Amino acid sequence: MAIFILYKTILVLLVFLISLGVAAYSTYAERKVAAFMQDRIGPDRAGPFGILQPMADGLKMFMKEEIIPTVSNKFLFILGPSLAMLTALMTGVVVPWGGNINIGDYSFPLQIADINIGILYVFGVVSFGVYGIMIGGWASNNKYSMLGALRASSQMISYEIAMGLALVALIMKTGSLSLGEIVRQQDGTMWNVVYQPLGFLIFLICAFAETNRAPFDLPECETELVGGYHTEYSSMKLGFYLFAEYINIFISSAIISSLYFGGYNIPFQNHLPIDGNVLSILQFAFFFGKIIFFIFFFMWVRWTIPRFRYDQLMNLGWKILIPLAIFNILATGVLMYALGKV
Amino acid sequence: MQLTNRKKVVVKKEMSLVEQLYLPAIANGMTITFRHLFKKPATVRYPEVKREISGTYRGQHVLKRDENGAERCTACGLCAVACPAEAITMDAAERRKGDEHLYREEKYAAVYEINMLRCIFCGLCEEACPKEAIFLTDRIVPVSGNRKDMVYGKDKLVEDVNHPIDLSERQTPEVVEFKKDKTKYHNQTWKDRGNLLNENKHH
Repeated sequence: MAIFILYKTILVLLVFLISLGVAAYSTYAERKVAAFMQDRIGPDRAGPFGILQPMADGLKMFMKEEIIPTVSNKFLFILGPSLAMLTALMTGVVVPWGGNINIGDYSFPLQIADINIGILYVFGVVSFGVYGIMIGGWASNNKYSMLGALRASSQMISYEIAMGLALVALIMKTGSLSLGEIVRQQDGTMWNVVYQPLGFLIFLICAFAETNRAPFDLPECETELVGGYHTEYSSMKLGFYLFAEYINIFISSAIISSLYFGGYNIPFQNHLPIDGNVLSILQFAFFFGKIIFFIFFFMWVRWTIPRFRYDQLMNLGWKILIPLAIFNILATGVLMYALGKV
Repeated sequence: MQLTNRKKVVVKKEMSLVEQLYLPAIANGMTITFRHLFKKPATVRYPEVKREISGTYRGQHVLKRDENGAERCTACGLCAVACPAEAITMDAAERRKGDEHLYREEKYAAVYEINMLRCIFCGLCEEACPKEAIFLTDRIVPVSGNRKDMVYGKDKLVEDVNHPIDLSERQTPEVVEFKKDKTKYHNQTWKDRGNLLNENKHH
């Protein structure tokens, strides 16, 4: 029992640190990817190739003057970014990062908690993230922030519906809500994306909207609402909001990979001449490759497509994605019935 | 008149179903941005690499000295008159006895200032100068966080006696040819003048 608690503590810490590290270097990667796509060089002053840039940025964020408006609700003003950060970090616990690692008589799964309602937990926590934005915008006592927060939360709530509906079809296929179980089912090359291409597309689009990434980055709106929900935020509190976005990208990449792209499964892994702990570590690396690809994909889309107008965003969410997701559920049901899988 | 072959006639037609999906267009855009990942950056890494500038680049001004090290400028003020940005100001003074090695003629510029924030580097001062005293060089004016520092006085403008600034790059063949015309007073050096005087004596 003591070993179990120690192991889980270490794993939680590791996932926490990895999330922070990946998020920090996502900011650097974002700038580099943007630069390369625009035929520039990007940050290259701090350290070789600028790899110390996230440290410099972090230091700058901490050293900057922190301003809390006197008319704001101070408690909620601080709670906003904390909630955004907390909810972003909480989702990492149900992601299966790899197979089991066996040491002696003990078997350590590379997943913090394989709860049987894994996806529901993710959705619960993600929808909680809306509070971070809403509270932040409201506590600023600034009507631009308030409007920005309203826009952001209505966007996130709208897209969560389509996202949930897209997942319903997937869950009909897998028959389980546990992320560990869903990943285990995708052994081999027939990943869920093969069975659920439309569902994957809807899920991907909604993931962009949920993480407030371009082309759905309407919560940040320099032109219309000064700066959006975080207009009044400065220093590391603004940093937390921006940082939470990058953690969200990391976690959504992990969840997209586990739900639709086989998670830590390597194709033909059962035919590989290795097994046990080495295979687990390889699986972890392979999973990370998929995550990094999706993080790159997020950036790729961001630097390609312009931002939506707000009514277009709402039209897409309510009039196109939700009917499509419902159609997907129906089609999946009919197909499963026709193939006698019910 | 057709300037390019990229002209597209705008037609306001209903989009087809494939166009309404937007996904092919997005995929197309993404291949374009992806291709740019492998293109050579257009950036010049400035402090380490300096961009090649044209031979006739007009940068920071210099007040030239003549071959004896005396300042050529006689504070006639033609450069200030020619300056469209009114960046040049000067105070003239009379040369004292014993200062002949410092100033070429009886009048000289006691104060000569160019406001680099106003200057548009048009080169009209250089063209207006009858004494071949002011030139624009290939040097880039360094930036400053202070407006006062951007008013360049004689300390920054007059060339160092020991390190004259080479302007041969900036001279067009026509100018070089014109300068050989020693009958023009301002093209004469002290040596030329001595030679001319001697020639006149002989005649």
